[in-house]
Amino acid sequence: MTHAATHVTQPKCVVLISGGLDSMLAARVMQDHGVHVEGINFYTGFCVEGHTQAIRSEARDRPKRNNALWVAEQLGIKLHIVDVIEEYKDVVLNPKHGYGANLNPCLDCKGFMVGKAREWMEANAFDFIVTGEVIGQRPMSQRRDTMPVVARESGAFDRLLRPLCAKLLAPTLPELEGWVERERLFDFNGRSRKPQMALAEHYGITDYAQPAGGCCFLTNEQYSHKLTDLWQARGERRYELEDILLLKVGRHLRPRPHFKLIVARDDGENNFLLGFRDRYTHIFVTSHPGPIALIDGEPNAEDLQLAARLTARFGKSREASRVTVEITDRNGETQTFEVAPLPADQVPESWYL
Amino acid sequence: MPVIRTQQAVARLAPGDTLEVCATDPGALHDIPTWCRIHGHEILSSTRTDAEVCITVKVK
Repeated sequence: MTHAATHVTQPKCVVLISGGLDSMLAARVMQDHGVHVEGINFYTGFCVEGHTQAIRSEARDRPKRNNALWVAEQLGIKLHIVDVIEEYKDVVLNPKHGYGANLNPCLDCKGFMVGKAREWMEANAFDFIVTGEVIGQRPMSQRRDTMPVVARESGAFDRLLRPLCAKLLAPTLPELEGWVERERLFDFNGRSRKPQMALAEHYGITDYAQPAGGCCFLTNEQYSHKLTDLWQARGERRYELEDILLLKVGRHLRPRPHFKLIVARDDGENNFLLGFRDRYTHIFVTSHPGPIALIDGEPNAEDLQLAARLTARFGKSREASRVTVEITDRNGETQTFEVAPLPADQVPESWYL
Repeated sequence: MPVIRTQQAVARLAPGDTLEVCATDPGALHDIPTWCRIHGHEILSSTRTDAEVCITVKVK
């Protein structure tokens, strides 16, 4: 008989499910201990999961699945997806622990998410929180010295259990209460994935999202550059959901400080950007097949000519001498231009964000 | 987002109610049925056009 089985009621834990292998394993380990497990997943707007792969046509060979949901289904647990878009802005804009290599506020982010999980745990009468963290796996948020910071700043304290590296940390409440057996937890440490892969094999888990791919666009250098550009162009550090979604899609070119162009790269992005055409001045090449382009900013008449020529160079019209282009503003008024596509040597690399 | 909106809408409905979800994100065609399966709701229909996907959910 396990310790957990001696309890009158089955202990309940909520696991932060990212869709990756580590959180999947952490949840699976808890199931092995006889704990009732439910998952929680946070939508910040910066999530890679279920966005780019759903939009980009080139990703058709990969499953268009939300891995967090997929993991939950594989484990047979409920998954609660929580919209934290508004609250998360403060994490991105004012991280007290600073950023990582790009605009990734990983330590603040982890503290925030565990804190939200703690609120959920308290509201739903669960007993503890579980994450798939491994000491040494991430340079900012998963270090021996930062793990206590997350436990403290989230308010979770000893109700936060990291089963994959628990043996390297001080015993937590679930261990002290006998809800789980410390001896059956793990001491994974460092960036190697071999222990996780071995544990996955032990559980018969053969299909899982590729590790180390990152689940957040803020860890991406190019994305962070585009976000920084957005703030510079606006003269203030703020964003709305629409802004950060659009940064994930298309080629972004800023030919002038006061406007940029977002050009679809394939049919999937074309469809996605079409959904924004009522809110942005947008451009279609009508004489040839080509992408939609949105203009973000306040272009003047000369800028519109430039934007038309630039858009024309990204479709089948690129080799044409003259191209017909329609530009429709936010009021729905359309102008038609005859332009020559901008030659490649007149598109400076510095325009690309 | 379609899954979150579905989750929020279902939370306001009673067992037996139906909900039609339409989204431009083609991933919804996979994600909403998965969410429904893990939470025990039933998919009554799903359709896809070039512009959007629509899914009808019966709340359990």
